[in-house]
Amino acid sequence: MNRFVLCLLVMAGVTYLVRAVPFVAFRRKVRNRFFRSFLYYVPYAVLTAMTVPAALFATESPVIAGCGLLTAGILAYRGRGLVIVSLSACAAAFAAWGITSLIG
Amino acid sequence: MEHRRSEWREGLRHGIPIACGYFFVSFTFGIYGVSLGFRWWECVLVSMTNLTSAGQVSGVGIIAEGGTLIELAVSQIVINLRYSLMGISLSQNTDEDFTGGKRAILAFGLTDEIYGVAANRTTPVSTRYYLGLMTLPYFGWAAGTLFGALFGSFVSETVTSIMTLAIYGMFIAIVVPKAKTDRKVLAVALLAAAISVLCYSAPVLSKIPKGFSVIVCAVIAAAAGAWLFPVTGGGDADE
Repeated sequence: MNRFVLCLLVMAGVTYLVRAVPFVAFRRKVRNRFFRSFLYYVPYAVLTAMTVPAALFATESPVIAGCGLLTAGILAYRGRGLVIVSLSACAAAFAAWGITSLIG
Repeated sequence: MEHRRSEWREGLRHGIPIACGYFFVSFTFGIYGVSLGFRWWECVLVSMTNLTSAGQVSGVGIIAEGGTLIELAVSQIVINLRYSLMGISLSQNTDEDFTGGKRAILAFGLTDEIYGVAANRTTPVSTRYYLGLMTLPYFGWAAGTLFGALFGSFVSETVTSIMTLAIYGMFIAIVVPKAKTDRKVLAVALLAAAISVLCYSAPVLSKIPKGFSVIVCAVIAAAAGAWLFPVTGGGDADE
């Protein structure tokens, strides 16, 4: 078999199993209090760990990214929805990019 | 019927920012893949079968270097292991219709962002909502790869990098409102952030692959939260 196809199958197969096996296997509600609390906190811990500090270095300067992220933070704090918050982050970053490139 | 359709539509709508962010993230993946010597359709195939950012980048790197299949498999397990954690977490908040076969199919769409939005849902996640949620991001991911691989060299890097902030904006939109109303979540998030900064900057720890360091941070922070502030009631914290 073509090497690329073989590699693709291994990559996709492993990635799929990592996703599917636990999701299919855990059917029942977890009773254990510690584990249930753990699972309650997981989403927020995961999302925060992915955002901080990586988001600051996602653009060519932390200032540009910082403006976008700060905007997102303020709007999210005020209870705005996903679409508004994420697109405003981009808009603010574009504005910051425009201003910084005008300045110098 | 009306309810079912609205679930699907709501999922679609929630998938819009994910799809936008994915388009630009996978755009950069397309550029990267071509730069390693892959053909455009090979990059698109990788995206359509894997649907994961860090795993794909590391995977095509290993393939391009002529790495072994074992190396490839291990890298994918380590980097993508966070999806196992997310699968377990999500399995606790699905409705009764979300059974084994449907889970086996829909698990394919379990990504950081789709998980994040689904996990944040206050009602049990239905298959229709979830399917709606993963639809646009899937095509956004494939289309972005295609455009990046074909036209990446014509687009400013600044523009694509700024658009990737859409994804982080979404994460912020999920965590901040929750942390505002639940101080325990705030504490766990701050701890996760602190450990993540440490992993990023400490000389030895920064060598850990990014996808894996997310697990390390999340497990430590969520376990500390569970130990210090156990939740009561039927799975949700006492709000």
